[in-house]
Amino acid sequence: MSDRILTVEGLEVSLPVPSGTLNAVQGVSFHVDRGETVCIVGESGCGKSLTALAIMDLLPRRARRVARTLTLLGDPLIGVPETKMADLRGNRMGMIFQEPMTSLNPAYTIGNQLEEALLRHRKVPRAKARERAVHLLERVGITAAGQRLRQYPHQLSGGLRQRVMIAMALMTGPDLIIADEPTTALDVTIQAQILHLLAELQREFHMGLVLITHDLGVVARIATRVVVMYAGQVVETGTAAEVFGAPRHPYTRGLLDCIPIPGKTKRGEHLGTIPGMVPSLVGQMEGCHFAGRCNYVIDECRAAPIPLVSAPGRGHAVRCIRADELSRQPAAAEEGAA
Amino acid sequence: MSTTTAMRPEPKTATLSAPPMLEAIDVTRMFMVSQGFMRAKKPLHAVNGVNLSIRQGEVVGLVGESGCGKTTLARMLLGLMPPSSGSLKIDGQPLTGMRRRDVARLVQPVFQDPYSSLNPRKSVGSIIGLPLRVQGGVGSEEEKKRVHEMMELVGLARRLFDNYPSQLSGGQRQRVAIARALINRPRMVICDEPTSALDVSVQSQILNLLQDLRRDLGLTYLLISHNLAVVEHMADRVAVMYLGRIVEQTDTDTLFRNPRHPYTEALLKSVLTPEPGLGVPDTQLGATYPNPLDMPTGCRFHPRCARRFGPCDRIVPRPLTSAAGMVECHLYDDDVKKDAAA
Ligand SMILES: Nc1ncnc2c1ncn2[C@@H]1O[C@H](COP(=O)(O)OP(=O)(O)OP(=O)(O)O)[C@@H](O)[C@H]1O
Ligand SMILES: Nc1ncnc2c1ncn2[C@@H]1O[C@H](COP(=O)(O)OP(=O)(O)O)[C@@H](O)[C@H]1O
Ligand code: SF4
Ligand code: SF4
Ligand SMILES: [Mg+2]
Ligand SMILES: [Mg+2]
Repeated sequence: MSDRILTVEGLEVSLPVPSGTLNAVQGVSFHVDRGETVCIVGESGCGKSLTALAIMDLLPRRARRVARTLTLLGDPLIGVPETKMADLRGNRMGMIFQEPMTSLNPAYTIGNQLEEALLRHRKVPRAKARERAVHLLERVGITAAGQRLRQYPHQLSGGLRQRVMIAMALMTGPDLIIADEPTTALDVTIQAQILHLLAELQREFHMGLVLITHDLGVVARIATRVVVMYAGQVVETGTAAEVFGAPRHPYTRGLLDCIPIPGKTKRGEHLGTIPGMVPSLVGQMEGCHFAGRCNYVIDECRAAPIPLVSAPGRGHAVRCIRADELSRQPAAAEEGAA
Repeated sequence: MSTTTAMRPEPKTATLSAPPMLEAIDVTRMFMVSQGFMRAKKPLHAVNGVNLSIRQGEVVGLVGESGCGKTTLARMLLGLMPPSSGSLKIDGQPLTGMRRRDVARLVQPVFQDPYSSLNPRKSVGSIIGLPLRVQGGVGSEEEKKRVHEMMELVGLARRLFDNYPSQLSGGQRQRVAIARALINRPRMVICDEPTSALDVSVQSQILNLLQDLRRDLGLTYLLISHNLAVVEHMADRVAVMYLGRIVEQTDTDTLFRNPRHPYTEALLKSVLTPEPGLGVPDTQLGATYPNPLDMPTGCRFHPRCARRFGPCDRIVPRPLTSAAGMVECHLYDDDVKKDAAA
């Protein structure tokens, strides 16, 4: 049990909107063990970011958050006074956002902000904090770190800022890092570098890492386990090998078919598509959330809520009543494993 | 629109001997930028001696990191910005002398961020119809009809006619941008990161749409993208740009099978295909980011190059053209290598 860093069970997030209640997260469960990278993937608007914000207790004020269990190393993250939560957040969880400029204060130097990230939570002399800042900047591949401390965020490139954000998230030596689209705004070369770095640091510091992305390529390369989200729900989860080797949910398969892969997809040919859009999450939905876009929909799909059911193999679960039958079809990827 | 496999229109022999549809000859663009309060302005060479020609019916991919000059080059090709030196030609005619409106009839842009490139205060119908009003000679009834046709062509529901950009999804916004680009039936479209802000499910729809439109309307594309997998899927030929110069240019299959420039190699390594177990490769690029205001000596890629050798920080590599395409790197320059060995 001591290896379990994060437990999320039955997480629900809803927001009042003019047209009713937006049920953004509807019973999401997953866990992160020490040394694991869990990737949450899905199209935009599926509830990935709100899931992350709910874990950190950083949701908009008017949002409602409910969970059967939400714990960090066994300590509840729900019903905790804000002072305690602020401490947990900075101290034992680190967060890295897509746009570092939103989390870096333009008025303070990099050094000041890095040091504060530690001083806010620990009684250590400023010189110690500076020492750690320099060490971590070097560790994230920033040269002339001592000089960088005196620079302001706008003086750095996007890739450098994201490295600074990673260093900042590591200042207190957290047990868990939650990174929400940390490389989406970056160049592919820099994205690869940052992900390479994150994976390395995660191993080195033996943390849990939750990486949120809409990029299945990133997920396949970095995830220990994968959580595929669709319209507020987990529709498929398993190890990277399971989910990518033998995807079972029509949504997962659909997403994979959309991606051009050099040497595999043929130039000039049509890529796969998923017709339609993520449905509005306002109000209650009957049956399968994916039914409106699924090529395999039948009447039963719309009749009742579809449960997330474990498939053969450790932890591979899927929310589709036709998963077994569809996986047997020759069109499905890699039959061999079953 | 047909959903069968797109057939590539073969360039007709006649068009091979014709002048390129669009051509950049030794084009340079310099900006004077201030480096902060009370400091002298410095020249920034955003585009620094680029040669690129695009033939009718071709899809040319342009790739490279943020800030390397792709959009600046695109803006010059669109006649939106004059080059500091060098020349641009459309159908063999100098672009500089042409009226903005006449260029717009031939070449149209689809820009990176579909949100910021659409006027938030104008309705979808009005945005798509704007180029018609600019060119003039079209009544409001005719405009409405053409806009409806265009919306159908790009797969936008008619009911969105009176909506505003903020009410649309990213994919719908990009369709609006494509409809606006095509309404005057241009021959060429310059797509600057047309899908980088989109989900893969929407990206694939837009890429399929671009393929269909190309086939049905005989379009020529310059496709600018960070995403090499997208470029591999769409382009016949690829130009790789680094700090203002094209450092490698060849047909797509050759580039992907046998990348020659070390920067191209790093770019290809960065393509993260959804194949579990492969991990995230080390691109070997180091954390030195390119700074166009502080251009390295010799080969501008040398501070990040894992294969640099003797002359790289002193001698500027020259373009080397062969059957395998064009590359600017000393590794392929026998004269430089001989001198280095001596
Ligand atoms: N109007 C301008 N004034 C000053 N500098 C500019 C201007 N436009 C572009 N630049 C600079 O020229 C260089 C090339 O910019 P450009 O926008 O062409 O890059 P890009 O390759 O399109 O990048 P991205 O991938 O981020 O879109 C950059 O260093 C940029 O900051
Ligand atoms: N502050 C907010 N107010 C109202 N709705 C929101 C807010 N934040 C997110 N949403 C909505 O909640 C849903 C899930 O959003 P989000 O978690 O940001 O998705 P993702 O990160 O997967 O793209 C979307 O429908 C989104 O529009
Ligand atoms: S339950 Fe039905 S509609 Fe939903 S994914 Fe499975 S087959 Fe498709
Ligand atoms: S010229 Fe030298 S530094 Fe430049 S790319 Fe070639 S090997 Fe690398
Ligand atoms: Mg998000
Ligand atoms: Mg650009």
